[in-house]
Amino acid sequence: MKPAPFIRHVPKTLDEAVRILGAVAAEEGRVLAGGQSLVPIMAFRLAKPAHLVDINEIAELGRMSNDGKMLRIGALVRHAAFHKPVVDNPLGHLLAAVARAIAHYPIRLRGTFCGSLAHADPSAEWCLVAATLDATLVAHSTRGARTIAARDFFQGIMTTALAEDELLAEVRLPLLAPDTRFGFNKFSRRAGDFAMSAALAVYRLQDGKMTDVHLGVGGAEPSPRRIPEAEAVLAGQAPGDTVFRAAAEAAAQAVEAMEDHQTSADYRRDLVRAVVRRALEQSA
Amino acid sequence: MSTQSKGMSWVGRSIRRLEDPALVTGRGYFTGDLAAAHWVRFVRSPVAAGRIVKIGAPESAMVITAANLASVKPIAPLLHKFNYKPVAQPILADGVVRFVGEPVAAVVAASEQEAEDIADAVVLTIDETAAIVDGRAALAADAPQVHATVPGNVIVEGAHKTDGFDAAWARAHRIVTVEARSHRQNATPMEPRGGHAAYDAASGRITLTCATQMPHLMRTAIADLIGMAESDLRVIAPDVGGGFGQKMSLAAEYVLLVWLARQYKSSFAWREDRRENLIAGFHARDQYLTLAGAFDADAKLIALKADIIANVGAYSCFPTTAGIEPLMAMAELPGPYDFRHYECRARGVVTNTCTIAPYRGVSRPVNAFGLERLMDKAAAAFGLDVVEIRRRNLVDRFPYTTAYGLELDEASYRQTLDVVAKAIDLPAFRARQSEARAQGRHLGIGFATFCERTGYGTATFVERGMAITPGWETVVVSVDQSGLVEARIGASPHGQGLRTTLAQIVADELGISPDMIKVVHGDTDRAPYGWGTFASRSLVISGGATLIAARKVRTKLLKLASHILEAAPHDIVLEDGTAKVIGTDRSVPIATLAHEAHTQSHLYDGIEPGLTDEGFYDPPGTFSNACHVAIVEVDIETGQVKIEKFLVAEDAGRIINPMIADGQVHGGVAQGIGNALLEEIIYDDTGTILTASLADYLPPTARDVPEIDMHHLTTPSPNSVTEAKGLGEGGTIGAPAAVINAINDALVAFGVTIDEIPATPQRIRAALRNLSSPSPLWGAEKGGV
Ligand SMILES: Cc1cc2nc3c(=O)[nH]c(=O)nc-3n(C[C@H](O)[C@H](O)[C@H](O)COP(=O)(O)OP(=O)(O)OC[C@H]3O[C@@H](n4cnc5c(N)ncnc54)[C@H](O)[C@@H]3O)c2cc1C
Repeated sequence: MKPAPFIRHVPKTLDEAVRILGAVAAEEGRVLAGGQSLVPIMAFRLAKPAHLVDINEIAELGRMSNDGKMLRIGALVRHAAFHKPVVDNPLGHLLAAVARAIAHYPIRLRGTFCGSLAHADPSAEWCLVAATLDATLVAHSTRGARTIAARDFFQGIMTTALAEDELLAEVRLPLLAPDTRFGFNKFSRRAGDFAMSAALAVYRLQDGKMTDVHLGVGGAEPSPRRIPEAEAVLAGQAPGDTVFRAAAEAAAQAVEAMEDHQTSADYRRDLVRAVVRRALEQSA
Repeated sequence: MSTQSKGMSWVGRSIRRLEDPALVTGRGYFTGDLAAAHWVRFVRSPVAAGRIVKIGAPESAMVITAANLASVKPIAPLLHKFNYKPVAQPILADGVVRFVGEPVAAVVAASEQEAEDIADAVVLTIDETAAIVDGRAALAADAPQVHATVPGNVIVEGAHKTDGFDAAWARAHRIVTVEARSHRQNATPMEPRGGHAAYDAASGRITLTCATQMPHLMRTAIADLIGMAESDLRVIAPDVGGGFGQKMSLAAEYVLLVWLARQYKSSFAWREDRRENLIAGFHARDQYLTLAGAFDADAKLIALKADIIANVGAYSCFPTTAGIEPLMAMAELPGPYDFRHYECRARGVVTNTCTIAPYRGVSRPVNAFGLERLMDKAAAAFGLDVVEIRRRNLVDRFPYTTAYGLELDEASYRQTLDVVAKAIDLPAFRARQSEARAQGRHLGIGFATFCERTGYGTATFVERGMAITPGWETVVVSVDQSGLVEARIGASPHGQGLRTTLAQIVADELGISPDMIKVVHGDTDRAPYGWGTFASRSLVISGGATLIAARKVRTKLLKLASHILEAAPHDIVLEDGTAKVIGTDRSVPIATLAHEAHTQSHLYDGIEPGLTDEGFYDPPGTFSNACHVAIVEVDIETGQVKIEKFLVAEDAGRIINPMIADGQVHGGVAQGIGNALLEEIIYDDTGTILTASLADYLPPTARDVPEIDMHHLTTPSPNSVTEAKGLGEGGTIGAPAAVINAINDALVAFGVTIDEIPATPQRIRAALRNLSSPSPLWGAEKGGV
């Protein structure tokens, strides 16, 4: 349970970090953020990076800001920062509701929002949030900065669009309209475990009808994503048990459920059906 | 601590544990705290079965393999009965590997990190052969053979059939059957195993400090395997962070450490990590239990038929052997029930999986699970409630000889059932249950009544045919000249609080407060030979020996006091640290008596010098008992189970310290809940283990264990000098059965049964999903499946 030997670099600025990452990426260099996923993997020697670019001393990456349209979350913003609403907007409340479901308190004090996206565990809450709300991700490298849409970013189990030498510096989430309703539900064996399925439902309630519906599912497929079949069932309808059940069924049918030794695809679909309906019930 | 007030007994009081101040302030002393000159890392087999072709080690690395250990004997415990086929486990795999995690080589380096780096670079070339993983599949004629010496993979087989069984069976009014499956578990002590062996140049002796429950037997066994004088080996069990049985079996790793220390005259340490512990630190519970009960027209069980298949893993654990699970299952299956006829076949089956060893409850959690399911199924078949079926069948006269031949001493089977049934208010629960059902919520209640054989001495181990019969205990009590008392014990507590409870027993005998008494254990140089702590034995056997020794010292103190105070011994009381003549102000401090006994022995004719006495105890055993009740809610959409309430009515005879007794029950129930719902070691078909970290192997957390409502009954045991019975394992024995019965009760209207533990949400959903249509009692709109 001791990691293989590595060299740790401690840059003080984003530029310096990007430069070092550019230099060591080819020799199995990795960014170290909160370490709550990377360090356990290294302890099991499932990852043996020769270099770690530790970004924990880069003050500029700890910033969070909002320009009235977007919430910008820097690479060092920890899960615990979201325990209370970070902006006076439905988005702030949504993030607070989701944050509490992630792991346990000590892990939330260290783990970062961006680290969670870069790690791309299919079950991660922040990945589900990013996919559901169509987040924009900003990657920096010595070649410059580029933005990536969430739907293009997640490419499978622990696989993303980031190049080896790219550092995810920021994620941008759109602020939500005041009439936004949301609901989140997670299923795990024990409190604090990774989700076996999770759903996030976000829509506007206009004239008693659901519009601008975003219905995301995580933990069921290799990457979280919006489920258009379920969104179509909901759009234009009044919230209610029958339509929620129909949407849940549509989502359960639409997912290409992952299987493992213990968990059949059928069971995973059962969970999707349950978490989608419960997220919708909570939103109403 | 305040001194004892007059006439008040220390026994029976919830005094705080004397061991806790050090533990909770980080001043405990554990094996892993010791520094060593050399660190050892084991290279373990990545495959379940195969022939070792090559062990490729980096140049200049120190790598020990079986080739270095020609002079060391393999671990090969014996059982003289039940058609036992001996198997030998080499300290490091010798040409053949038999389970994933088996130690193949040992890397030695200056630091733990370095040892792990080198181990990572060792390349094993193993020719894989076919592996067999499942205990039932291993019985097939064409199954791969794990050991050449065990044809058909059956390492041990017990059978029992009472005279007249067939006639009784033929009288059955109704036959009720259960096919129970208990998957595999790991005891998961907070501290994994670990050892530290150091050579002393002056004496030539080796000291092995290790996380063990049986220090003396480790000394005996390791000295024998290595071929050294037993007196040249000292074994220390310092603070041990939980054992639950996992730390009573001999670890091959410890043998290697002692061999290294002796060979290279230095110190060598190994700290097991969690992954090693989960894959190779001994497993438990892997059984198929098939039961058929013959009931008469009054729902009275008249005969029980059982088939037990216990998957014992790749080797036979020392000292209890691979017989422990199947044979204990066979002997104790009849439990607290009154029936005369019993037929049983119990097989231990070797497979290419980690060796099975005792774990808190040993077999009886599976026994109770099967038998309590049988009772609930019988209740349903006869249209009785679950309390009534038990009331009709529980033993109510004592002593009672079970259908296997065990003698049950005085107990309170029906009374504990009645206490919980009253506390839970069954009719009120049924009303709440049907209201909840109308709203699509599924509550269930489950009872489990059981007895727990505890504190059994040598005779039980003889009956099992064990070559080693770890039954008796010795305790040496001495009073030094400052008036302090030392009780040196052969038991080896590792969390049970014996330093406190034994001190309470001594305190009452000698009239001093418990904090004046030091209980010394876990060091073979200091403690008398004994068998350690396991099998809910220590308070009964070591506590009994303590009482016997303390009484001898008491008698001597009274004799000395009688000389000095010029009064008859029966007119003298020992209290508040002095000997007093009743009704007078004449007294003498116990410290003075001790001083006299040592330095002025010439004055006391007929009294041996010194103030040390030995107590020895080897009791026949006593059965404690309990009834557990669980109320659960099953989320039928996800299969998730939440335990709403848990009740225990427990009878362990005289309770020495109620707080400690409650703690034992709480911890046991928590582990039982893990057993029922969460914990499962999973292998794939090739024998690769899929639950090698605590992300995949799921012990219950504080949020999974509800508050436990405890009730105590007290039926003192005639088979125990302290009148106390053991209670270390009961929590784990009853809880799985109560929880699984409650789940089945919640699902009864769906017509599905869950007879598999852990009852994971996947398994519960699979049962519900396979229903062709939702229950007629409620439709999909009310939360149907
Ligand atoms: C017991 C336990 C339970 C958990 N339960 C949950 C849970 O329920 N839900 C959940 O979502 N998570 C859970 N986690 C994971 C936790 O949220 C992690 O904090 C998170 O997944 C990773 O964030 P981090 O900052 O710790 O990243 P690190 O561990 O530092 O890094 C993770 C990976 O991302 C890369 N990386 C990190 N930051 C960047 C960056 N800015 N740019 C490029 N690459 C980067 C690293 O190189 C590494 O490959 C759990 C963790 C533990 C230990």
